[in-house]
Amino acid sequence: MFLKTITFAGAFALLGSTAIAGCGISGGNVSVLSNDFPAIQAVTSAAAACAGDGVTVETNLTKDHKDIMVAALTANPAQYSSVVVSNSTLVTLMNDGLVRPLDEMVAKHGAALSKSQLITVNGKVMAVAFMANAQHLFSRTDVLEAAGVDGIPATYEDVLAAAEKIRAAGLMDYPVALNTKAGWNLAEEFVNMYMGTGADFFKSGTAEAAVNNENGVATLEMLKSLVAYSNPDYLTYDSNATQAEWEAGNLALATMWGSRGSAVLDDEGSTAEVVSGTVLSAAPTWGNDARPASTLWWDGIAISTNASDEDAEATFVAMMNGISSDVVKANNDAAVWLDGAYMPSPASAGVSSTAAGGAAPYPMLPFMGALHTALGAEITDFLQGSESAKQALADVEAAYTAAAKEQGFLK
Amino acid sequence: MKNRTFFWFILPSLITMLLFIALPIVSVAVQSLHIEHEAVMVEVENCGPFGCKQELQVDVEETAKLKEERPLGQFNGLGTYTNRNHLAFSEIGLAWRSSTGLVDFMSKALNLPFYRALAFTLTYTFVVTPLVIIFGFMIALGVNTLPKRIKGPTIFISLLPMIVTPLIGSLILFWMIDANGILGATLQRIFDDPNLSLKASPALTWIMLMVYGVWHSAPFAFIVFYAGLQTVPADTMEAAMIDGASRWERTRYVVLPHLMPLTVFISLIQLMDNFRVFEPIVSFSAQASATSLSWIIYNDLVGTESQFFGSAGATSVLTIIGVSILLIPVLIRTWRDFNQKVV
Amino acid sequence: MSDIVHRRSPVLNIIIWGLVLVWIVAAGFPFLWTLWGSFKVQGDFFSKADWTNAVYGVRTQIETGGAFTGKGYYGAWVTKEFWIAALNTSIVVVSVVIISLTLGTLGGYALARSGKKYAFYLLMLALVFRAMPHITLVSGYLLPFFEWNLWGHLPTAIIVMVAINQPFTLWMLHSFFLNIPKDLDESAMVDGCTRFQAFRHVIVPVMWPGVVTTGLFSFLLAYNDFTVTATLLSQANQTMVPKIASFLGTTQTEGNVMFAVAAVVSATAPLFVLILFFQRQIVSGLTAGAVKG
Repeated sequence: MFLKTITFAGAFALLGSTAIAGCGISGGNVSVLSNDFPAIQAVTSAAAACAGDGVTVETNLTKDHKDIMVAALTANPAQYSSVVVSNSTLVTLMNDGLVRPLDEMVAKHGAALSKSQLITVNGKVMAVAFMANAQHLFSRTDVLEAAGVDGIPATYEDVLAAAEKIRAAGLMDYPVALNTKAGWNLAEEFVNMYMGTGADFFKSGTAEAAVNNENGVATLEMLKSLVAYSNPDYLTYDSNATQAEWEAGNLALATMWGSRGSAVLDDEGSTAEVVSGTVLSAAPTWGNDARPASTLWWDGIAISTNASDEDAEATFVAMMNGISSDVVKANNDAAVWLDGAYMPSPASAGVSSTAAGGAAPYPMLPFMGALHTALGAEITDFLQGSESAKQALADVEAAYTAAAKEQGFLK
Repeated sequence: MKNRTFFWFILPSLITMLLFIALPIVSVAVQSLHIEHEAVMVEVENCGPFGCKQELQVDVEETAKLKEERPLGQFNGLGTYTNRNHLAFSEIGLAWRSSTGLVDFMSKALNLPFYRALAFTLTYTFVVTPLVIIFGFMIALGVNTLPKRIKGPTIFISLLPMIVTPLIGSLILFWMIDANGILGATLQRIFDDPNLSLKASPALTWIMLMVYGVWHSAPFAFIVFYAGLQTVPADTMEAAMIDGASRWERTRYVVLPHLMPLTVFISLIQLMDNFRVFEPIVSFSAQASATSLSWIIYNDLVGTESQFFGSAGATSVLTIIGVSILLIPVLIRTWRDFNQKVV
Repeated sequence: MSDIVHRRSPVLNIIIWGLVLVWIVAAGFPFLWTLWGSFKVQGDFFSKADWTNAVYGVRTQIETGGAFTGKGYYGAWVTKEFWIAALNTSIVVVSVVIISLTLGTLGGYALARSGKKYAFYLLMLALVFRAMPHITLVSGYLLPFFEWNLWGHLPTAIIVMVAINQPFTLWMLHSFFLNIPKDLDESAMVDGCTRFQAFRHVIVPVMWPGVVTTGLFSFLLAYNDFTVTATLLSQANQTMVPKIASFLGTTQTEGNVMFAVAAVVSATAPLFVLILFFQRQIVSGLTAGAVKG
């Protein structure tokens, strides 16, 4: 089995303690498909500790999980009894009815869960969340101080002013970075910024896109002013690239994923100067709205419809073991866990304050994926200066409409 | 050869191709003529760690009933082919009527994803293919004149760009051409421009992708030509020399005609592969400046929450048609050869 | 053609060799750079601050205490069990090459000797098959493979790669057989052999150069394939290339990137040996006419 090779010291410690507990499963096949990052590795390896005595645990951690999940769960019996989902992927699976309600199992085995971990749709529990994530501001206080900026910027207007001061002081030419790689990342930045206006993406109660308005234009203008302070290569910057730039000390203000916090704040790959100056804070607000311009994400566990009841139950129990307080304690800094045992740290300050500031969760709409794809492909023209904001947004809506028709969301 | 014997010889090969290529092609083509059922939506309350919200969801049971009746979805004819994300007939028509001139029309057409991708795909194909053939030929000529002892290692090194896994090859190259990387920084010094970035400007990105394409494919042409050079008939060559032909004339009238069949083969394979370019676009994160037809397919299927099978199918069928058109000259030539052989 | 070389003026030789030298640098340098960098830490090899770090190993000194480190190799081969992937790759590659060539020689021979119109149409059809983007094919397989429980196993990936590679193999071998004189097998048939016996006893002994060359291209395809192996294999059965991709992961964990670099260098090593070993055969195989239009 692949996961016996996991390198986490914490997970190893755990293997010992939970193997004795035996997880209380009588038998069944547990197979988990998920994304691939440290927090999920910790969860799946702890779940894998339930193997033995008629229980098999198989895991497939891959960044390509989105490409195979629908087909894998459509098959009957499903290839995987569980998928680790997020706001956006749960909707895709629910569109085809591929994941089952978990109410009974939560009642039976979920005593340790808090109410806020339950993702309910129309009153039914469809997933159990275990961690939260959001993009928020990372600042280098030492650079800000040197440039004469007071405190950490709270709004994007402040970010722009601070960036101008840093540039004017000759400290850095390109102090700002966002995850602006064309495609999914750039679209996510648009979504974050647009959410900060409080406007809706769709006409109420329909699947018709409604981003071509003054809020959309203002969002694009704000993104363009920000990337003016970014490295000219910004359209290739994904979260790995921004983290590397940050750790190399090339940035002073960046919007990055909260899950990068602990990696940025550890002593690997960066100098002491960068690490000690780095402060994580809430995503900035902008315009007239007091809401942080970010979207909140959760990762959680969903169980497939096309798995036998025995496998489903075994999977649920194994995964509960994977997200138990013990795992959370052993891997405290790997994520912003939703479990009660989680101890907040400087690495999670950004996500917590973004949530506390009232940022909205990423919309769980069946047609949001299509809009996201359209945004990622069409707004680069505007940022590169080859078309107007209005035209870019019109293109987005046209691309979305064609795609949504193919998927049956629009006539 | 008797039909029966032919049949038995070709059967195993044919079965694998029919099962794993022909059948999927048919199913993809059929799928591209359909769109999904109209989704039945209900408004429900979604709750999670960050509070509750009224949102639309698909009514799974109602939609499942529709699917039961017609598993393929709604028949849409060529609707997907002609919609805005593909051939965009109505948008092109509108652009034609409303544009002030050819330039204006072109810029409107290139704003549509399919035509933008087609522009890059064709440019790439017609720049890279001849360059690969020319470079491959020149390297082969050069290596052929080397002393025997260093020929072996030279051939090996020449093949490296083709045999190193493109996945990582491009990751490392991507880092090398970064403004802080060894190649990027060297270029900045050569051109004395500290802001020069290969990743930032569309024009430089196109050039970079094409240079990568030539670099990656030249070894293929090289090895084929090199082998061909070994078979240039010595007596014809000598006869040409006795007749006083210069080196250039010998190359032009003896070597080149001899290598003609190989050139046809290389262009056939290269035209096809270059028309399907997308890996460098993905690994160099170049989609903001350059997209290709295969990249559109990739974008429909990979890394998105919702996969667009119908759309990907339509683009795939268009790609096959595009390749077939490109190959017509080569095919005619093969047809003539084939008929000659029969006679 | 050695006499031609002697007659060449020294100036021309220098120009030609200069060209070859430029090419050798362009082709070999990135790989040499990777080989060198695979003994550094990520902060040096992928330095955002200054590329010369990769040469001097500034952070490697700080983090490991030496100018070179074998951490990447240790991590990939020992901690992450890259050898399992290497084993899977050898199974896949050997099977793909053997099956492709067996099917391809039979089919290619038939196409070369048929002389009927339908043989030409079949060849054309094979070309159209080759035009299909792999990614669409692979996505199309997913649902049926999951339904019939074929997904994730090595044989599935093998047969898919054989099929995808058949058009190319058929084309190459068909043109190769065209260059073997017809009289050879036909005279054997006059002597009372069946078509298959003639193929077996007359053609097989002389076809090896072409087969070796075609085999090498099949080998490279199977060895380097990412689309098929990444999508159709489960994690336990992963081959080298998807395994390398998995080192990069969604979040590039510090250190894992160097596992990928070390693994790439390791994965290229057998190719060195193979190319050096088969170099003569590739060339002689092509010489024998494997690729003449």
